[in-house]
Amino acid sequence: MSSLSVSETEKKPMQKSTSNVPAVKVQDVSITYRTTFERVPTFKSALVRFGRGERAVREVKAVQNVSFDVNHGTTIGIIGANGAGKSTLMRAVAGILPPTSGRIEVHGRVSTLLSLGVGFNAALSGKENVILGGLAAGLSRKVIEERYEEISEFAELGDFMEMPMRTYSSGMFSRLAFSVAVHMDPDILLIDEALSAGDASFKSKAAAKMGELVTNSRTMFLVSHAMSSVREMCNDCIWLHKGKLMMRGEPNEVIQAYTKFLQVGEAESVSLEDL
Amino acid sequence: MNATSVDEEFNPSVHVYEPHKVGLPALRPYFKALWQRREFAAEMSRTNIRAANTNTFFGQVWLVLNPLLLALVYYLLTDIIAGGGAKVGAAERFAHMCAGLFAFYYFSGAMTAGAASVVGGGKLLMNQSFPRMLLPLSAVRTAFFRFLPTLVVYLGIHMVMRQKLHWQMLLAPAFLIMLTFFAAGMGMIFAALQVYFRDTTSFLPYFVRIWLYMSPVLWFAEQAPPKFKGFIQYNPLYPLLGGWADLLVKGAIPKWQMWAGGGFWAILAFVVGSLFFMSREREFVVRL
Repeated sequence: MSSLSVSETEKKPMQKSTSNVPAVKVQDVSITYRTTFERVPTFKSALVRFGRGERAVREVKAVQNVSFDVNHGTTIGIIGANGAGKSTLMRAVAGILPPTSGRIEVHGRVSTLLSLGVGFNAALSGKENVILGGLAAGLSRKVIEERYEEISEFAELGDFMEMPMRTYSSGMFSRLAFSVAVHMDPDILLIDEALSAGDASFKSKAAAKMGELVTNSRTMFLVSHAMSSVREMCNDCIWLHKGKLMMRGEPNEVIQAYTKFLQVGEAESVSLEDL
Repeated sequence: MNATSVDEEFNPSVHVYEPHKVGLPALRPYFKALWQRREFAAEMSRTNIRAANTNTFFGQVWLVLNPLLLALVYYLLTDIIAGGGAKVGAAERFAHMCAGLFAFYYFSGAMTAGAASVVGGGKLLMNQSFPRMLLPLSAVRTAFFRFLPTLVVYLGIHMVMRQKLHWQMLLAPAFLIMLTFFAAGMGMIFAALQVYFRDTTSFLPYFVRIWLYMSPVLWFAEQAPPKFKGFIQYNPLYPLLGGWADLLVKGAIPKWQMWAGGGFWAILAFVVGSLFFMSREREFVVRL
């Protein structure tokens, strides 16, 4: 196990389901991106490097020896500065990015709402994107058709559902993305700062929906820079810094330590944020 | 990146993700997951076909217009600029050229689209976990359905050029199927290569163009230029397009070597392409 985790205090395992198996088990996981110095690798630079007999790979250790368990029914906040490895860790839990070492065990169906877009094709309509996304996630067409009604109702996009997504505003994008993610009937929901573009009324609606999912003993990962929402919604918290697990525990304590670490006054960090 | 997940990769209830050796994923669950999500590939290709020409005036009419313009361009090139050569059998030569060109453009289109599917599918790849092979296969499916109207166009040309109808023409789709598998295999190879060397995108059109001139498209298979005679049989498109044109234009059953050669290249390309693609696909996300 990691010696780097400052505190691995298993603070009250907020267990709502009866099973003893944790929903997500992350064991000593490291993820390393290997990138070349060029932004986009090309054959020419590969040749030049080959001629010089070099291998210009730079390793970016995005996540280093992180271990933690998350029980069913937990809402866990993941906080940390930019580049701390939060999104990378979420990708690994979703099975998109394989770990370089270590092991991740996930019990349940995962639904992701990741920040870099939602797998949407801008040329297609919202409806077509919903169906495609569902099919890619492995749902049957029948199930998706059934859920489509709920999704479009929740997103409140009206006629825009039939229009190409390039006509959407960023707020509409995040509304639809969120609706899709929560209606995929996930056991584990991963949310990565995707709500930042929604308006106030949608945010409160989204918060209510997330609360509902958690009461049904669903597990949720919330990656956020908004400390107030982490404090409000989460009953567990992880602080990552430069790929290492700094602290795990009660949200209030972790946030306090984090903001102190950043040397930002709490008031200051709260003032600019919203959900 | 020597990391991947074990067999339960696409199983919805329990997933284990851990690194292990570079190489192929467990094949059975992979193909099971692939089969389960065939509907996704089909739907993606359908929506892409629908969305393709929505901004243009002619819309789906382009599916017919494209092959007609293509035939016109190459008619100008071979018959007018090059002087046409012998006037005997000009109609047959034109019909043959159209049959070959359409099949070749189908092949190159499918291959190029398959090659572009992985790098072009960036966001989908970053945010969803699914067997990546669905992307090139879906692109090939798109190309196939866009090719179907072209067959009708060819039939029109065939009639206008007063070529006879033969029952043997019904066998031509066998070569079309082989060509499709060959295109899918080549598409997967180039799709994986393109992740590592982005230059492949620029290089591919020239490669395709050279391949066109080396294949029995603008000339009959048995009339291969003397310079090519020595190595023509090593060109995979020689049996594939040669057999296709023999059946469709002349109604002649190709020699068994053509069938065997076509089948061999189709299977080889598809197997090698899919194995190469599968062994690399878990690295794609890290490299995009």
